[in-house]
Amino acid sequence: MTHLEVSRRTFVVTTAMAGGGMMLGFHMPASAATLVNKQPWLNPTDKEGVEVNAWLTIDPEGIVTIRVPHTEQGQGALTSVPMMIAEELHVDWKAVRAVFADANRHIRNNNEYVNMSTSGSNVVRSRHPHLMAAGASARERLKQAAATAWNVQRSDVTAKDSVLTSGTRRGTYAEFATAAAAVKLDVEPKIKTPDQWWLLGTSVQRLDIPHKVNGAAAYSIDTRLPGMVYANVVCCPVPWGKLKSFNFDAIKGRPGVIGAYEMKMGTGRGGADMQSGVAVVADSWFRAKTALDLMPIEWDMGPSAATSTATLAADATRLLGLPGEALGTSTGGDVFAMIANPAGAKVVKAEYHRPYETHFRMEPINATVSVTADRVDVWTPSQDQSAALQLAASQSGMDPKNVYTHTTFIGGAFGGGGGGNTGVTRQATELSKLLGKPVKVVWTREEDVRHDKQRSPHTTAFTAVIGANGYPTAFFSRSVGPETRSSSGIDNMPYKVANRRHERSLQASHIPTATHRAPGTNQNGMIMEGFVDEMAQAGGINPLDWRLKMTEGMEDWQAVLKVLKEKSGFRTDLPRGEGMGVAVMEDHASYCAACATVTVSRRGQLTVEKVMVVINSQHVINPLNCAEQLEGAACWELGTAWFAGLQLEKGQFTNTNIDTYQLMRINQMPSVEVHFALTKGGTWGGMGEPAGPPTPAAVANAIFYATGKRIRSTPFRSHDLSWA
Amino acid sequence: MAFSINVNGTNHTVDVEPETPLLWVLRDTIGLTGTKYGCGIARCGACTVHIDGQAVKSCNTKVSAAVNGKVTTIEGLSANSTHPVQVAWTEIGVPQCGYCQSGQIMAATALLAKRPRPTDAEIDDAMVDNLCRCGTYLRIRAAIHRASDLAAR
Repeated sequence: MTHLEVSRRTFVVTTAMAGGGMMLGFHMPASAATLVNKQPWLNPTDKEGVEVNAWLTIDPEGIVTIRVPHTEQGQGALTSVPMMIAEELHVDWKAVRAVFADANRHIRNNNEYVNMSTSGSNVVRSRHPHLMAAGASARERLKQAAATAWNVQRSDVTAKDSVLTSGTRRGTYAEFATAAAAVKLDVEPKIKTPDQWWLLGTSVQRLDIPHKVNGAAAYSIDTRLPGMVYANVVCCPVPWGKLKSFNFDAIKGRPGVIGAYEMKMGTGRGGADMQSGVAVVADSWFRAKTALDLMPIEWDMGPSAATSTATLAADATRLLGLPGEALGTSTGGDVFAMIANPAGAKVVKAEYHRPYETHFRMEPINATVSVTADRVDVWTPSQDQSAALQLAASQSGMDPKNVYTHTTFIGGAFGGGGGGNTGVTRQATELSKLLGKPVKVVWTREEDVRHDKQRSPHTTAFTAVIGANGYPTAFFSRSVGPETRSSSGIDNMPYKVANRRHERSLQASHIPTATHRAPGTNQNGMIMEGFVDEMAQAGGINPLDWRLKMTEGMEDWQAVLKVLKEKSGFRTDLPRGEGMGVAVMEDHASYCAACATVTVSRRGQLTVEKVMVVINSQHVINPLNCAEQLEGAACWELGTAWFAGLQLEKGQFTNTNIDTYQLMRINQMPSVEVHFALTKGGTWGGMGEPAGPPTPAAVANAIFYATGKRIRSTPFRSHDLSWA
Repeated sequence: MAFSINVNGTNHTVDVEPETPLLWVLRDTIGLTGTKYGCGIARCGACTVHIDGQAVKSCNTKVSAAVNGKVTTIEGLSANSTHPVQVAWTEIGVPQCGYCQSGQIMAATALLAKRPRPTDAEIDDAMVDNLCRCGTYLRIRAAIHRASDLAAR
């Protein structure tokens, strides 16, 4: 298959820093249908394998089964972890199988898999040293086993493509696996440097694809156990409110209904782990849901029942008028004095805002738990299966050593499945303990949106003094939000302004929050980089040149901006109704620049034609998967900024399904062109998140050039973009 | 109340209330979990199946409305993932988390049955109700064109 056939509207280009510009093809290895089990917690081979170390087994036919301690939530960990281990082991990729590592073993053996959480774009960038070391150690032990058998030095043995050789001696990894498992190395080997890679850096298709085209892939919500019953749960629509009463008598005669049970507010981690609510249990989920819908329930809405989007906005405005905490990146002279006495220099002021947002994972929040006298079994779409295990242990009172999590595929995570998928896992554990049966709890989509842990709203007010040369001489930001992330990407902006002051104030809110793909910077990309364009405009400077000038000497930033300038054809003089915009942000140690091309009709209809993304993650292990993640992250945050935005009334969210909480659809998706601008230094950047933050900023800036209208809040669709 | 429905060529007798959505009969009663629950209001497309070859949202299709038709789910689309849409999806590696993809594939196969050579605009029209949170839309569009090519061979 050629590059163009696959891409049509998507192009992947890798650009050497010397300006080479090599097109990357999509090389599709032969279909690998057996590489992952459709129930991925089960070993995919029926042959007993020898465990060389905790991370891998080798079976008599040379099949290497690699145990992946992280979850597969669409980001490709089930492929990238085996790639990193196979790189060091030097095993034929076709002989590699993947299986999820056992969280119970991890707990029993004192964190044997180091860290099982899957968040922060960490799997490749931060975990590669110990993952690659596991493969390297296995390889050296295989070599030592052969060296001992052949009476040669280990350094005389070569390990390649699952074969060990020394002179005329030859043996397979499978033949030496048992001996290798007993080898103790005096010194563990160092991992390879990128110039030594043979597998990493090539485009490899994901191992889980075959099971995701025929309905076979098992997700947590698909769990079916003998004797299992189903529950639907509703919690007080205003978080921290409490259940007053419910009338089970009104529904107890309905078909299949087993019972209704109060869900008491949890006390763990501030109680937000489990809000106060009520569950209806039945012999099918739809019967449980229907009965719960019909059951009269009274709530004490609690102390936050008057809170709304408007009251939170008024409170943010109040806080913007008060001094905040001065942040450590503040530097230079008295910024307030410079703003108060600009001595004829231009002063630019603006206020930007992003609202609450929800994850809206495709797989609604759910968990299945079986509590028995001697063990607990858990299926939950958590980004940390070891945390889910501890959560079920604490809720059931079972020793964690007797709690087993069964890692399934996850129907999207995006930061929302952290910490063990808390509330629902506790609910299912509590109900199973109560009923003595396996219980599957599934939240309705409306409950999922209402009681997801949300992304927090951010507001920032900026003031800048523009010097005679058009660049800012003084810069002030005051960020307000319920989390300290309200200043992420702002107080640590790369731009060299001699006098800068950054402040932050925490805003009170009753809404439980959590991480959300590129937490902090996803909100603030559009906030920070929108104001950067305003400063450039005030100074009469091309906004892309402004960013290049203001990051001079910062090679990681320069790399992406230079490639963006070279490839994008960015210009500010397009006819009315057409516009291009740029932005650049750092997220999870990756630097990402974006250029958006938009058209806006006279009546204000926005079309995003194209987004170009240039990424510097320093290193890339699977360009194909990286391109998919960059497209996905750009879609994610553009969809949020363009269409979404949670609305809060009377303390509760009101737009709780996809008809009112709108998100990106296929007909709105721009083409995405990806370029890599890799500086290949000592740090590895993340890939699943960094394309989000700059993308909506680039679009908002493009809208300005198309219409003359500066967009300072989201969703874009709430703004009148018409022009005359 | 007992209903007889034909799913993937097999007759099943199910004892459920007439208003029960086909989705939950497929998932909980029959045990075909490839069809997914996403929104429950027929706006995300994760629950898309075919009734007599037409793409329908099974979350708002009552089981009583399916008794006279032949229901096809993702599990019954082909033996061994050999339908051109599945082949194209696999070649191009469309799925990320994969949760929406059963519905995407069922919507795409219904489109290609009607429009063997769809334009991008026709693809967008047919697929607009199928939400993907991972943002695989560009690859979905490319894979539909690829499937169209494969089917024409």
